[in-house]
Amino acid sequence: MTDVTRMTAAQIAGLIATGEASAVEVATAHLDRIAAVDDRVHAFLHVDRDGALAAAADVDARRGRGEQLGPLAGVPVAVKDIIATKGVPTTAASKILEGWRPPYDATLVERLRAAGTVMLGKTNMDEFAMGSSTEYSAYGATNNPWDLGRIPGGSGGGSAASLAAFEAPLAIGTDTGGSIRQPGAVTGTVGSKPTYGGTSRYGLIAFSSSLDTPGPCARTVEDAALLHAVIGGHDVRDSTSIPQAVPDVVGAARLGATGDLTGVKLGVVKEFAGEGAEPGVLAAFRESVEALVKLGAEVVEVSCPHFEYALPAYYLIAPSEASSNLARFDGVRYGLRSGDDGNRSLEEVMSLTRDEGFGPEVKRRIILGTYALSSGYYDAYYGQAQKVRTLITRDFTSAFERVDVLISPTTPFVAFPFGSRTSDPYQMYLADLYTIPTNLYGGPAISVPCGLSEGLPVGFQIMAPTMADDRMYRVAAALESAVGTLTPPEL
Amino acid sequence: MAAISREEVAHLARLSRLAVTEEELDKFAGQLDVILQSVARIGDVAAEDIPPTSHSVPLTNVYRDDVVRPGLTQDEALSGAPDAADGRFRVPRILDEEE
Repeated sequence: MTDVTRMTAAQIAGLIATGEASAVEVATAHLDRIAAVDDRVHAFLHVDRDGALAAAADVDARRGRGEQLGPLAGVPVAVKDIIATKGVPTTAASKILEGWRPPYDATLVERLRAAGTVMLGKTNMDEFAMGSSTEYSAYGATNNPWDLGRIPGGSGGGSAASLAAFEAPLAIGTDTGGSIRQPGAVTGTVGSKPTYGGTSRYGLIAFSSSLDTPGPCARTVEDAALLHAVIGGHDVRDSTSIPQAVPDVVGAARLGATGDLTGVKLGVVKEFAGEGAEPGVLAAFRESVEALVKLGAEVVEVSCPHFEYALPAYYLIAPSEASSNLARFDGVRYGLRSGDDGNRSLEEVMSLTRDEGFGPEVKRRIILGTYALSSGYYDAYYGQAQKVRTLITRDFTSAFERVDVLISPTTPFVAFPFGSRTSDPYQMYLADLYTIPTNLYGGPAISVPCGLSEGLPVGFQIMAPTMADDRMYRVAAALESAVGTLTPPEL
Repeated sequence: MAAISREEVAHLARLSRLAVTEEELDKFAGQLDVILQSVARIGDVAAEDIPPTSHSVPLTNVYRDDVVRPGLTQDEALSGAPDAADGRFRVPRILDEEE
């Protein structure tokens, strides 16, 4: 049998459904791959070998009894460590939650289990999802399988790297400002941010509640769509969940894979043209646009004049919400408690716990958010940022009156070497320049590999109107059919 | 926009319950200043008549019937606590002895 770790999720599911491979064999192959390469990649913070093998054995038993199983039954999946998994360590890559085992599952984890997928473990990330390089993990960075000296993107670098290293065929990420798409771009994998409210946030450790969106990571567009269909849909436990069914993303991906885009209008955002992007990234993007035109698509230039204000608005809104959300980490109900020697007051213990438990990027954002929300500055910063959010939403709405989807590179640059942007936080924030507008608007967006620059992957971003996730999957699959998938060098 | 001072960062850290070190104060003051200068230009476009958007999903309050449903047990709720006593979270003292 060919190495199952090189197969797509759809292929693996087919093998299991026909009995050519057992779920236990598939899980074992992936666990063995993790054991062989993860000391170099460090995509995982925790590998749940026993749990994975038990879940796989359960799938095999159910199949043996002739039960009807879902389309991803028996397929392994890696889950970002910011998502609560019952009894399995969940740290958000922070020291403040070291060793915490949640007493409940996130809704999307419940859905993954119900679908018969096999959870391999928890993936590395920037602490509390704050970062663009996975260098801010309290447990050490993840290395990009394309070049171990470079960043795998962030904050979901572990999820993306686990795919590129063939440790898992599917992974779950969360996207607040680009944390699914940007790691997808720099590791040559597919990363999809669903419509905000299209996937449940119940059981996610909250960073910026009005922006956080969990979504699928995969090596092909069809696999991402299959995973999207499993985790998406209304959840009564999340008041921001949209009470509508998931659009037919799998059907759209399969339609796109036929390579016909006749009549589809693609909008190129004028304001994104060349802003801070590397020449190699722009070249790969332009070649991909030409490939889409050959498939029948029409390209229209559209203007979104307020997109240039998205990054500054985001860096006021996200830290403001974070400063409030992270107040719960006070050393009382869970996680670390520091300095409790019997003499110190609760307030002192809280301050010492938070100082010891949080890393530099988290502290920086808590302080920035506290400032933006404080009396005297609220109107100048947070209030203005919320108005910019209105302007960006209007830009999207008027653009989608003229075109079906918007397209851009996913990131302005390819994977950069470790340490090259940590000294200047604003330089690091530029990694999310093209991804942030959709988070402020709430619509879906996907990153698909579209070629190489200097031997490193470049991502192509497709943005769609809210709840039109199927549209982006169609275009993404068409692009994939034209340019193919990328294979990283052997580890 | 006024620059953010070291004293201001110290005050914000106290408000945020973060016992930052002297070294961190120096570093954060410089970095926050750069970030704030970079984000200040949002004021150029956010005019008076533009309504703010706090959330991309239009939300209305949804109430459910007040029916008792199973939740976490006491043991589960306390399972991650750094310290517990008599089935409750144990916290350091809140008041000084003289208070």
